[in-house]
Parts: sequence; structure tokens; C-alpha cells
Amino acid sequence: MRLEPIADPSMARKLGFPALAIAATMAVATLLALVAGADPFATLGQIATGALGSKLAILETLNRATPLIFTGLAVAVAFRAKLWNIGAEAQLYAGAIMAVVLGTGALGSPLVLPISALAAMLAGALVLLGPVLLKTRLGVDEVVTTLLLNFIMLLFVSYLLEGPMKDPMGMGWPKSPALIPEARLPRIVDGLRLHWGFGLALIVAAAVWVIQTRTTLGFEIRAVGQNPEAARFAGMPVNAVLVKTALLSGGLAGLAGWSEVAGLKGNLSLDLSPGFGYSGIIVAMLALLHPLGVVLAALFVAGIFVGSDAMSRAAGVPTYIADMLLATALLFMVLAILMTRVRVVRG
Amino acid sequence: MTQTQAEAEVVLRLDRITKAFGPVRANDAISLSLRRGEVVALLGENGAGKTTLMNILFGHYVADQGSVEVFGQSLPPGAPRAALAAGVGMVHQHFTLAGNLTVLDNITLGTEGLWARGVGRSAAKAKVGTLSRDFGLAVDTEARVGRLSVGERQRVEILKALYRDARILILDEPTAVLTPQEAEALFATLRKATARGLSVIFISHKLHEVLAIADRCVVLRHGRVVGEVDTHGTDKAKLASLMVGGELSLPSAEVRAPGPVLMQFQGVSTPDRGAVPGLKGVTLELRAGQITGLAGVSGNGQAALADLIAGLALPASGHLMLRTKAVADWSPRKALSEGVGRIPEDRHHTGSIADFDLTENAVLEAYRTPRFSRRGWMDWRAARSFAEQIIAGYDVRCPGPDTRIRLLSGGNMQKLILGRAMAPGPEIILANQPVRGLDVGAIAYVQSQLIAARDRGAAVLLISEDLDEIMGLSDVLHVLSQGRLSPAFARGSISAAELGLWMAGQGFGDARHAA
Repeated sequence: MRLEPIADPSMARKLGFPALAIAATMAVATLLALVAGADPFATLGQIATGALGSKLAILETLNRATPLIFTGLAVAVAFRAKLWNIGAEAQLYAGAIMAVVLGTGALGSPLVLPISALAAMLAGALVLLGPVLLKTRLGVDEVVTTLLLNFIMLLFVSYLLEGPMKDPMGMGWPKSPALIPEARLPRIVDGLRLHWGFGLALIVAAAVWVIQTRTTLGFEIRAVGQNPEAARFAGMPVNAVLVKTALLSGGLAGLAGWSEVAGLKGNLSLDLSPGFGYSGIIVAMLALLHPLGVVLAALFVAGIFVGSDAMSRAAGVPTYIADMLLATALLFMVLAILMTRVRVVRG
Repeated sequence: MTQTQAEAEVVLRLDRITKAFGPVRANDAISLSLRRGEVVALLGENGAGKTTLMNILFGHYVADQGSVEVFGQSLPPGAPRAALAAGVGMVHQHFTLAGNLTVLDNITLGTEGLWARGVGRSAAKAKVGTLSRDFGLAVDTEARVGRLSVGERQRVEILKALYRDARILILDEPTAVLTPQEAEALFATLRKATARGLSVIFISHKLHEVLAIADRCVVLRHGRVVGEVDTHGTDKAKLASLMVGGELSLPSAEVRAPGPVLMQFQGVSTPDRGAVPGLKGVTLELRAGQITGLAGVSGNGQAALADLIAGLALPASGHLMLRTKAVADWSPRKALSEGVGRIPEDRHHTGSIADFDLTENAVLEAYRTPRFSRRGWMDWRAARSFAEQIIAGYDVRCPGPDTRIRLLSGGNMQKLILGRAMAPGPEIILANQPVRGLDVGAIAYVQSQLIAARDRGAAVLLISEDLDEIMGLSDVLHVLSQGRLSPAFARGSISAAELGLWMAGQGFGDARHAA
């Protein structure tokens, strides 16, 4: 058995294999449900209804997709330049901290929302700036530095919530004071539990797409990611492009934390993110790093999470099935991406 | 000689070999036979199907149709071990040697059982010694391969094949990395081998070598055999026209009066890069209206010199002068804005981005100029029409500007890079191995463009390993050996043999040369 590269893969191949990957994921889900002793079709059905079966379920899925779109974009932008940002989780919390710092009364003006959004982007960007400078200056592997910063940031947030940022009215719980109403993101439609963070996420996804395809920076990011040697030879400032990419990526992840605090939770606690930064990697990979694909992939991943929660309550199958499903979906998708480019030849 | 060969037994027969990669027929019903004691040259432009054919013969690929017969026995498809056992040995263009092992270990690697290591070492050594005497392949069996020169490594590869009792030797572009003297030694070895009844398939681009060593020549084009000629009754021009399918004239360059110095190296040195020497006090002038040739075997400092001109590096000591000023602030972008046009050595990895389309590759250097972007916004329409201009003006054969450049042949890729470099009308042109691996038609085209650039007053630096090219195009030429630059030789004032001596490092003597 050998792999032979395909020079120009057909559209059927480009779409067929990802579709096959989703089908294979469903097959694994069926097996998992059987192992858990449940009726597999009922289980899959409950996941689907749990994610999409009612107005409430759909809104919950959209809310859950919002931070995933931001972190998915953050990862997709960085990975496009082959900058392996595994630290979206840390950048997310940095953005969340800024939302609390500026949103709990320090700033009373009506501009508090845009200002805290910019501050959150800046904070997220700064968290990624360190690792990228270490990479460009000293050749330190950014996978290690960005990953470890996640744990450092979580401990830092823990310290803030036990100390300087602790809510005096919080009955001893480690959480921050609530945001003032002016610092909260309004709902898109009155009475429906969906905030403007989702709308902003869609706009930002479109903006990232425009940046990648229409601007010189997007051209540079793609060139540096595809072939840094050729980019350097052609006169592109490779290190400066990597730094700009990092600022953009970190900023997007920072927005995820800001939108969760300002849109959904209203305060900062240690359970703000159930690993949105890591799930962003899955989202970006499933989307093949395409900014608009990120929106679809985020909806898919959010649907699995929300649906599995509902299914677990109804059928008693552990929610770990969601993590298993996403992990298998990712593995199958990586395989499918490979298979669009090569064919297996015998002998 | 030809008489006896016509009667000699056929040792290898390829029968109507067909192999398709997707829609491309790399080999289309190719038949080929090789007789005992014969050298058959396989000639063809890049992408003609030579390498595919040899990979099928050696069992790396399985043919869609057709059969391979060695010594009358048909060879099972897809089994390199069977090919080895049948007596087929292959010397690849890129050597497959372990640098940290000794010559003897490399030769015996894979021939001994897992538990028998060291048992037959003295016997092996004796066998290698006999082979190296019989075939004129002098090499120290106890030396580490990593320390050997390229020519010596090739000898180890050939010994490796002979040690496995190969009766048929396949050599893939064996002279690409050799000095003329080393190539001559290789030919002597091949003559000894054929005298002992071995048969050789010799893959090459270089017509004069084919004429010198081969008895017969099979020409491939677009996966088919387009001609089979006895080399004793043909000449370069006929072979070249068979290869490209039409009469073509190689460019000839006339002597002209040189203009002012546009770029100058003054005692430039650069640090060594591992085993590759840096420049050692190089002084060099590039004049307007002149092609300066730089001969030498790859890995003698050419990369360091090219990087300096391209804007990728600054001298560690000495000065790089642009017109009359020493450059201090130097980068690829600065080089471009100072009118330096660059054709890099590696068009696949340095000159282009494989998965970018022709439009994107066309503006890779100039995307920030007002023609293609304003305030950070790309003008893709302008970029596309620029790509179309290059495609039309430089005869880039492709489906259109939206084609990814990886799908183009080497020649068409190079024409796009050439068009990109020439578009701003550069005054100084760095052409680093501009025609390596191209077919005869593309070579003539690229060379004629370099001559045209010189005629309009550009200073061209041509770096090449091909002496025919260097001697044919250069108005003045130097040799680079171990980072040292020879004095300038005017056109026609030095022979290929003398150049070979300079390339091998003789002539530099003890005193360091100063212009």
C-alpha cells in the first residue's frame, strides 16, 4: 500500500471524503451508544432534538457556538500562517478579565462596550505576543509556550477571583462582581435568550475572510504559512507577518472571553470556558481553516455539546459521548483531508 | 563494436509499458531493449517519463500495462527486491547513502542477515577491493561516507550496485553533480563495465555526454518513444530536435563593449555553513551590458554569493557595493527596489509557492507596489492581468492564471519566474542555475531572455554548473571553488579542461587571489 499524490483533486473528492468522515463519526456514535447500553438511534435522535428540536434548543446552540466561532477564527487565522496557537484558552480569559475590569463601574460612559471589546482584543493579543516573539527571536516552539500559558492564565484568574477581583457579595464563591447594565451585550430580539455576541461573531468571521482574501496582510499570512522560504525571498517580512498574525489571532480569542462575560454570564468565574480554546482547534480543523467554514463547524460542534447534554439527561448516557464524538470527528476529518489529496495505491 | 552488439543477447526488455497518473500518461506503450555490453541513453525533457519508466523497471511503481523481462525471465511487478535479485542496480540522482556509516558498511547494508553482522566482513572487504580495482572505482572502504566528496559518493553507489552482482546498471543523471574530470572518470568506469559484459542505461539531459558514452539513444517525449538512434550516426542538433520535436537554434552571444560597474564585491567573506564553505575574500565586478558567468560545482559558495545579491544576507567582512555606494540596509525588498531581478536556484521552494495560483505567484514580489495594492487592499484584477501579460509575453503554457503553479512543468514555472523578475526592467540580474532541469526548448528560451536583458544594458550574473552554458553565454567568467573566486577569464580565453582544474581547486595555489 502506498499513497500517491493527486495533482488536482476533483470537487467530488473534496466534498465526498469530508461527508464520509461525518458518516463514519455517526457510525462510531452508534457504537458508543451500544456500549453505554442505550438504543443508538434513540440516542442520536435525542442529540439532534437536544440541539435543534425546539426554539430554546436552537438558541442554546447558537449561544454555545458564539465563543467557538471566535476561538475557531483565532486558531484558523494562526494555523493559516503555520503559527500553532494552542493557547486560545488563555487569550480568552485575558479578554474576559478586561470585560470585568472595564465593565464593573470603572467606566460609565455609553462607549463602555466598544472600549472593553477593544481592550479585550488587546489583552488577548498581548498574551500571544510573548510566545510569538520567543518563536521569532529565539526559535522557541510556540506549541509548548502557548499551551503552558493556558494553565498559568487559569491560575492567575483563580488568584484574581480569590483576591483583588473577588465579589464581596459572592457568599465566598470565587467569582467577580457582576457587570453594570451598560457593559452588557443586549439581546438580538427582546425576550429571546440570544445576545449580540453571536451577531458580532458572524460579522467578524466575514471580516476575517475579507482580510485573508483581499488585503496584502492576508496575502502575506497565506504566503508565510505555505512557504516561508519563498515568502522571505520575495521580500515579505516573515517575522513581522507572524507577529501581526499573532496579534490578530490573540485578539479574536480575547473577543471570545469578552463576549461570554458581557453577553452571557455577566461576571467572571473559573467555569467561564469549558475548554472553548481547545474546542476552537477542532472547529478550525473541521472548517479546513476557512473563516466562513468556522461558522458552520462551530454550529456543528456546539450542537453536539448541547445535544449531548440534553440526551444525557434523558437517556442516561454520559456526556463524555460529546467529547468522544468530537474527537472521532476530528480524526476522521484529518484523514478525509489527507484523502482528498492522495489516493491509496496497491503495490 | 556495433556489429558484435547487434548479435549480443538481449538482457533487458521492456514491453509496451503504460502508466497513467490520473489523466496524465507518464508512459505510453514504451518498449525498450538492452543488449549485453551496451550503453543505452534515455534522453528526454523533464516530464517525458524517464524517471517513471525506471521506477517501473526497478519495481517502485506498478505499470498499468506491459511487462519487464530481465535475462529472459519476466519480473514480478512492484518488487524492488526481485529487480535487485535479477541483477538490476540503480544509482539515483540523489544518493541513498548513510553519511555516518563507513563506505564498506554502506555497500554491505541490507545484504547480510540480521544476526550475521560482522561475520563476512573481511570477505566483503576483499570483494569490494576486487571490484574497485577491476572497475577503476578508487575509494577508501573504511572512510565515513559523510566525509567523502560527491564524486566519491557516486563511486560508492556504483560499488553498492556491483557488490549486489548487478548486471544491468541504471544511472539517473549521474553527471549532474560532477566536475568534467570526475565525469570523464565515470565514463572510463562505464567503459570498463561494458567491456566486462555489463549493460548500462544512462539517463541524461546533456547531449554531448550522450554522444560520448552511449551506443544507442532512445528519445522520449510526452511519455512516448519518439526516436531511437545509433549515436555513431547522429549529432547534437538532431538529438535536440528529436527531444523537443522541432528544429531549434541555440542562442549565440556576440561580444560587446561592457558598461559601468553596477555591482561590486570588495573582499567579501561570509561564514561557512556547516560543510559548505562561505565566501573567502571574493572580489567581483558586475558590469552593465555584460553576462558574468560563475562556474563551479554546487556547494562551493554559490549559495552565499547569490544570497548577498538577492538581499538575503550581508557580508561578514568586506563590502557589497551597489553602483558606487556600499550597501548597509539590505533586504530582498530593498534589492528589488534597487533594480535587482532575481531568478533563484530552487524554483519549487524558493521561487514560487506551490499551492498559490499563477496570479498570486506573479505578484509575490511586487504586491505592495501601487500597481497591485492601495492602502493594504489588493487589486486582484490588476494582479490577474499582470499574470496574463507574463503568460502571453513569456510563453507560459498553462490553462490560465487561476492554475496552481505546482501543476506546471519546470520550464513553464521558470518562465513565470523569469517574467516576474524581468517585468520591472531590472538593471542587475541574478540568474542562479536558471535552466537546470529544463527541456531544450525552455533552456533556449530562458537563455535568449538573459541575452536580451544584457543587450538592453543589464548586468547579468549567471551561476551554472553546466560548462557548455557558462562558456556559451558569458562575456567574462570566473570559477568558484571552496569559496574562492578565480581571476576573470574573457570569453574564449579558457578551455573546458582548464576550467575543470580551477573547479577542482588547482590554480588557487597558496596565495589568496585578489582580482
